[in-house]
Amino acid sequence: MIDSIKDFVSWFFVTGDPLIYGADVSIVLTTVAIIFVLTYFGKWGWLWREWLTTVDHKRVGIMYIIASLLMLFRGGVDALLMRTQLAFPDMKFLSPEHYNEVFTTHGVEMILFMAMPLMFGLFNIAVPLQLGARDVAFPFLNSLSFWLFFMGAMLFNMSFVIGGSANAGWLSYPPLSELTGSPSVGEDFYIWGVQISGIGSLMTGINFIVTIVKMRAPGMTWSKVPIFTWSVFSSCIAIIVAFPVLTVTLALLFLDRFLGAHFFTMDGGGNAMMYVNLIWMWGHPEVYIIVLPAFGVFSEVVAAFSRKRLFGYASMVFAMLSISFLAYFTWLHHFFTMGSGADVNLFFAITTMIIAIPTGVKIFNWLFTMYRGRISFETPMLWTLGFIPCFVVGGMTGVMLSAAPADFQFHNSYFLIAHFHQVLIGGAVFGYFAGLYYWWPKIFGFKLNETIGKWAFWIWNIGFYVCFMPQYFVGLDGMTRRLSSYGWDRGWWAMNFTSTIGGFLMGLGFLFQVWQIAHSIKFMEKDTTGDPWGARTLEWSIPSPAPLYNFATVPVVTDRDDWWEEKERIAAGKAPKAKPALEPIHMPKNSSIPFIQAICWFTVGFGLVFHWLWIAIPGFIGIAATMLAHSFNYDTDYYIPVDEIKRTEAEAGRIV
Amino acid sequence: MAHAHHPSFAHEGGHEGHHDLEELRKFGFWIFLITDCILFATLFATYLVLREHTAGGPGAKEIFEMPGVIVETFILLTSSFTSGLAVLALNAGSRKGLLGWLIVTILLGACFIAMEVTEFLKLVSEGHTIHSSAFLSGFFTLVGTHGLHVSLGICWITALIIQLTRHGITPVTQRKVHITSLYWHFLDAVWIFVFTFVYLMGVR
Amino acid sequence: MPTSKLMRPLITCGVLAGTVMLASGCKSMIVFDPKGPIGLQQRDLINITMLLCLIILVPVLVITAWIIWRFRDKKGNKAPYQPVWSHSTKLEIVWWGIPIAVILVLAIVTARYTYALDPAKPIASDNKPITVQVTSLDWKWLFQYPEQGIATVNYLVIPERTPIKFELTSDGPMNSFWVPQLGGMIYTMSGMATTMYLQADEPGNYMGTGANFTGRDFAKMGFTAKATSKAEFDQWVAEAKNSGNALSEEGYQQLAKPGPSNRMTFASVPSGLFERIVNEYSTSRGAPPGYTIKAETLSEEKKAEHTEHPESGQLPPGNNAQKDAHDINSFGQSDPKAHPMHMNHGK
Repeated sequence: MIDSIKDFVSWFFVTGDPLIYGADVSIVLTTVAIIFVLTYFGKWGWLWREWLTTVDHKRVGIMYIIASLLMLFRGGVDALLMRTQLAFPDMKFLSPEHYNEVFTTHGVEMILFMAMPLMFGLFNIAVPLQLGARDVAFPFLNSLSFWLFFMGAMLFNMSFVIGGSANAGWLSYPPLSELTGSPSVGEDFYIWGVQISGIGSLMTGINFIVTIVKMRAPGMTWSKVPIFTWSVFSSCIAIIVAFPVLTVTLALLFLDRFLGAHFFTMDGGGNAMMYVNLIWMWGHPEVYIIVLPAFGVFSEVVAAFSRKRLFGYASMVFAMLSISFLAYFTWLHHFFTMGSGADVNLFFAITTMIIAIPTGVKIFNWLFTMYRGRISFETPMLWTLGFIPCFVVGGMTGVMLSAAPADFQFHNSYFLIAHFHQVLIGGAVFGYFAGLYYWWPKIFGFKLNETIGKWAFWIWNIGFYVCFMPQYFVGLDGMTRRLSSYGWDRGWWAMNFTSTIGGFLMGLGFLFQVWQIAHSIKFMEKDTTGDPWGARTLEWSIPSPAPLYNFATVPVVTDRDDWWEEKERIAAGKAPKAKPALEPIHMPKNSSIPFIQAICWFTVGFGLVFHWLWIAIPGFIGIAATMLAHSFNYDTDYYIPVDEIKRTEAEAGRIV
Repeated sequence: MAHAHHPSFAHEGGHEGHHDLEELRKFGFWIFLITDCILFATLFATYLVLREHTAGGPGAKEIFEMPGVIVETFILLTSSFTSGLAVLALNAGSRKGLLGWLIVTILLGACFIAMEVTEFLKLVSEGHTIHSSAFLSGFFTLVGTHGLHVSLGICWITALIIQLTRHGITPVTQRKVHITSLYWHFLDAVWIFVFTFVYLMGVR
Repeated sequence: MPTSKLMRPLITCGVLAGTVMLASGCKSMIVFDPKGPIGLQQRDLINITMLLCLIILVPVLVITAWIIWRFRDKKGNKAPYQPVWSHSTKLEIVWWGIPIAVILVLAIVTARYTYALDPAKPIASDNKPITVQVTSLDWKWLFQYPEQGIATVNYLVIPERTPIKFELTSDGPMNSFWVPQLGGMIYTMSGMATTMYLQADEPGNYMGTGANFTGRDFAKMGFTAKATSKAEFDQWVAEAKNSGNALSEEGYQQLAKPGPSNRMTFASVPSGLFERIVNEYSTSRGAPPGYTIKAETLSEEKKAEHTEHPESGQLPPGNNAQKDAHDINSFGQSDPKAHPMHMNHGK
């Protein structure tokens, strides 16, 4: 009996590595500390009422951002572990098994649990405010989306200490990811972690499409929609088209592993290459899903910090929509080397090249937004300016990769690694940082310290080039991705060592950002204006942080940069727009159902990971029960009385 | 293109606001249906790829029994019709007719599911399981996913019937009837594709 | 920028690192040092695409720097300021036009090279091609020389100036066969055989590697491709034949088990082994479910918790390698329809 318990424990918990034990201890200590602080200060009720059950888009956005920054930390630590292992030839820092887990985790964390939620955080913060709306179209669903993402991420992260992590790469190609190649539960953690958060992402896509189509303020025609909102719209279109494919693909892989189906197995007539096709039918649009909103952020920031209208608005919108459309026709460029024949390769090579056209046009439009403007260099703008050269070079190597026969030499090498890090970090992450710095005062009501922020920016940027430029060269020297070690005879040492230094510089840059936030919280510099940057769109017309109901009266839009034009009018001595009288505001009530239902999903996922139906079935019942409870609940909204609106506005320094 | 009736949680109170919210939800459901379409399209694609991959086992010709499938199809088509009649009754303001047709719809749906389950059980008892070959994996997953959708629809309409008896016809229940009916018609359309691509092309 | 002084040392560091990197990198990049016709053409294509991209890249970077400098928000900056100017059809036509033109050129170049460098296209040569059948295993490479009747593990010997017709498959997870100095890579996939022609123009030891991740000892899947003179090659073949070390069916099963391997040489191989490996998982025929040639796993304990696949070490009954031999023989013909085994996605 004791022995079987011992066996179970040593199988269930990940053991045998001092790094893991260290992480275990820190996880336990952090948890204890959080519980202690919440109890000591009596904050459990506050946590539950104000955060866990909230349906307010701004709070959901904040939770997304916090969670994604934690995941950025974890994914970053993984990256540094890998860079340490590769700093010298024949390193024994990580065993091959451990290295494989680390790079798999790094990829999944960064794309699905860092980039996606950080992006959704910015969606949530900015889109309803830019539209002049009181919330998103479906606040309840929005909260559910967040909690599904969160529980999916937790499930995936749990594999770190329980059962063992996935180790077949971030897209886990079969047959390696089948039971024959990956018998451990890590793969199942991957499947369910990604599946649950993916369902959340799909619902977010639906939610924001409806929000943007149906909830624009009166007068906001499509040609007056702020450009960031347009980018969200194009990204969400790609989400609703791509994510169902991911759902199916992961479900099929799970059926293979759970019920012994033969979709992607080597035997029984399965076809592993079908998985590769399917996963990239999602995976390629996913890249554009992530990067389009970053384009939106850059467009907002460039205009705001050049004190000038965005150049070529119409062609910007057209470019983004065409990217989200074309993104669906390029997936095969991820495996030109499969041997599909020249015709097929050529088709996908050309579609890939075509995407470069609208992307290139956007660069020119940003440049000419600055042209004849007045450029100031606050942190959001710095990240935008850092983005331009980085993305241009990344885009160029992307075009090189798209030439199918040349790709035969680049594919799966560090050249590819350098390329996609350059477009994903230089494109998406820089964009989200720019967005985060830009909207930070609107989210939290105080500004971030600019000096530390500039340090962080420069260290990050230099670290980036030092880290990734050598990887292009080492890739052309024959180093393939996912190598857990290499020999002295290869001649790759100098490049890898340089790259490792760059990696740690980026880590240092991240620490500067943490310092920046901590410093700014301590020496709080409140934003009393609501418009600290002198920006252009509606979100800057209301106090910072935005009140619960966003707009005391729903704005009537007359111009593209409505708030900028309003300021111009006032500056020219003309009368501001008349505001209608206050009326009670109709708001959605908080709900505990999303949180509870997400826990049920987590339970289902956990049960199915271990094939323990006695855990999974109660979870399913919980999901059904919470859905029914929501369906039967007709008491979902309330009104904020005029008095309360007046009080809130007065507190924010606005006389109504 | 400006929306004169701003449908957010807007200032016009009472039923006006609710009405716009219900419109919003209907639109959202249409978008959801697009995603569901793509989900099924992916499953169809995998099935068509794996159709001939029988791993030496029996193919579609050997195991499909058409008479049962044709009856199933007939039942589901009829249920789609009765679901339409339910909406007509709703539009006529007849709660009784609405409830009656909804009940008929779910009963027909239940018959469909019962027949499908019987078909599956028969195949399994003959040794044709999801584990037998890629072709059967694809078959069970595609048809099973459709069946799961129908079962979900049955539970959903049942819940709606209870709500209708409690609250009567309100903007909220009205929207729910519309949405469930949309969902039901959608499943019917998917079945037509299943019938064509899986069964008819299979036994051809 | 007030902080720019503080940043100077950092920037200097970056520039220095970059210079060192460039200097040490350029001399050794093997993709730019090809030793065969395929690699050579691929290098040319890389150079052309890089050049075309640089035509856009350099001006854009220069313009960017100039605009940022010229229009910075500084007191007394006399550059024009036009906050409302946001549209110019002429300019927009220009910068839709430039990328379109460049992409058009690039697309035409790529199209030509795509057909010219189709991996399954034979290389024109006076010398008769030699066939090498490549199987990626967990975690080693098996190279069979059907014409010579020998086989090697983790090293490859080929005669110079002779086209080599590689037929590639996998008896395990998908891998990718890459000898950068001879040419680009191609996937090895179970249940199908891909074809690729390569040629070495001069003798030498060329690095080869697996390029698609396959699990624990993936890093140990490097191999050497040694190009020799024809005479040396023949001599090596003769030596291999006389080594007396035959690869048996059981020997193959042993070899196919997960684990790294040293270099090995086999004087003979079971007839039709490669065809059997391909056919075993061929999707249209399909091995019976539960049949996996080596359902061995990394950790037997964990597998016992999960597996539903009974193990079987035998080749499938009624294996149809013989009667399908014509499929195999037709690999590499220029008409893709003529080789059904080449990428048979569910046909």
